[in-house]
Amino acid sequence: MSEFQLRLEGMTIGYGERVVLRNVTLEVASGEMLGLIGPNGSGKTTLIRGITRLVALHGGKIFLVGREIRQLSRESLARTVAVVPQNASLPELFTALEVVMMGRTPHLGRFHHESARDFAIAWQAMEATDTLGLAERRVGEFSGGERQRLCIARALAQEPKVLLLDEPTVHLDINHQAETLDLVRALCRNRGLAVLAAFHDLNLAAQYCDRLVMIASGGVHTQGRPEEVITTASIREVYGVDVHIQPHPVNGLPLVTVTPDGRKVEERERMLWKT
Amino acid sequence: MKAVSVKQTDTVRQVDLVLYLPWRRRVYAMAGLAILLALVVFLATAVGSTQIPLGDLAKAWLSRLPFIEAAEVSTALQTIIFDIRLPRVLLAGLVGMALAVAGATYQGLFRNPLADPYLIGVSQGAALGAAAGFLLPVMADAAMLGLIPVLAFAGGIGAVAVVYAIARVGKTLPVTTLILAGVALGAFLASITSYLIVISGDRLHGIIAWILGRFSVSNWAQVAIVAPYVIAGVAVISLYARPLNVMQLDEEQAQQLGINVERVKLVLLGVATLITASAVSFCGIIGFVGIIVPHAVRLVWGPDHRFLLPLSALAGASFLILADTAARTLTAPAEMPVGVITAFLGAPFFLYLLRRKKKAVF
Repeated sequence: MSEFQLRLEGMTIGYGERVVLRNVTLEVASGEMLGLIGPNGSGKTTLIRGITRLVALHGGKIFLVGREIRQLSRESLARTVAVVPQNASLPELFTALEVVMMGRTPHLGRFHHESARDFAIAWQAMEATDTLGLAERRVGEFSGGERQRLCIARALAQEPKVLLLDEPTVHLDINHQAETLDLVRALCRNRGLAVLAAFHDLNLAAQYCDRLVMIASGGVHTQGRPEEVITTASIREVYGVDVHIQPHPVNGLPLVTVTPDGRKVEERERMLWKT
Repeated sequence: MKAVSVKQTDTVRQVDLVLYLPWRRRVYAMAGLAILLALVVFLATAVGSTQIPLGDLAKAWLSRLPFIEAAEVSTALQTIIFDIRLPRVLLAGLVGMALAVAGATYQGLFRNPLADPYLIGVSQGAALGAAAGFLLPVMADAAMLGLIPVLAFAGGIGAVAVVYAIARVGKTLPVTTLILAGVALGAFLASITSYLIVISGDRLHGIIAWILGRFSVSNWAQVAIVAPYVIAGVAVISLYARPLNVMQLDEEQAQQLGINVERVKLVLLGVATLITASAVSFCGIIGFVGIIVPHAVRLVWGPDHRFLLPLSALAGASFLILADTAARTLTAPAEMPVGVITAFLGAPFFLYLLRRKKKAVF
């Protein structure tokens, strides 16, 4: 068995005839956190959906824990890889514990009831994500940060080897961003989860991930350590914007900032005058 | 991989406490509603144009039980209870059960609180089948009226089959397309039915009475036909309670949790349509049961389908028996359409529940 828990080999995926990502090759090892960056619409979500077989695989191979995903049943796929979706819709009337227990679904047969062991696993997942105090409350009352932690708890209840997160910090305040990513990183290190997370915030991606993969125009643009991937050149190429990159004052990782572009602002002003 | 052992027995016990309490409450509710249903069936056979004293009623029922020597009750009374009233009561119970469970299923499947068993064309198809049946030349012979339920059943199933075929995209069935196709085809079929009603002449009364829903022509043969559909259907749907819970997240999350979403949709749609069509074929379109009963149950006992489905089945049966009993007694000797009663008594009760809870209901 390879040491990589998740491995894409020349993966090409798309919807129907339309190919979204071509020839993507990447690997995530146990205990490693890989960040997926790229502009809106570059295919970050599609890649995550592809790994869970929600998007047709046109070519290449996807391996999970050494096995090709096409050989896995729905249930064993869901026991191996868990997804924390972006803005997950949660049924308002269900309680937090009921939602986390849904994570046990792939472990239960149709005629089986949840056992004390299933409850214990859900309980531990909620303990790890600090959602235990919410167990009896209906998820309709939850804040964005609480919902995100709850989704992570549900993913943990699946007892996966690989955790996929789709923009886990979108719409969260800075305190919840840090809280969520600290949790993910701790789980990654402590439980040996292989984590693949899509980010729209380059700085968070650089701070929290061991390696980054930048995707653009239907394929991988660069991959490597954060300082190798996040450069003024690559960002201009992929995002089409000029940025300033400096070492982070604490750990020297790349820190990306933008400043108003005087020329473009003037251009816009002129256009506004005309209208 | 680290095995998660249940070493923390304290933790397990805490879970028992917080979680099993609501569960236990729902299990008690099931037992309570089952007893209520038995009581409603029993008492509903006493009420009617001939009021039967409870003592005689009890004797009559006891005499039917094996191994019990009860005082004989007059055969006239026996006929009223067991050949006239009981089949009607049971049919109303089965139909109420079918509509409530189908309603809960559709609401869960479509994740839409407005869904009712008639959302995707069953009722309009069945009504057209029945109306067309009444207008057939052979219907001049009253003996042919037995054909009406067959036509209504075929109409209901046929309409949903067409909606399904239209809404299907490749191997998937987008729920919104399904609802829109159902609404559109329903309107189309309803317009034909309206036309048939306009030209129906002396058969108008039969058609209208069928559409409004009634149990006045119930007999044991009908119970024997409807019961297997409803009981088997409710049993199959109940097996899908947990997938239905998971599908409340959304289809994508459900798939990522290992649920075969398309198969669940197909099975539940098929079975819910089947039990709805079998229910309306004899008794017509009885509105409101499928929407009010599941919501009332959800308001009181929560959204978990493992409880919602059986509780709705029991509550729906009791509700429709009570409504039908009211329909045949309130304006006796004339009968009211039972659909009038379900809405007239059901709606205020439902509004009361909504008011009392004052929070999100779905």
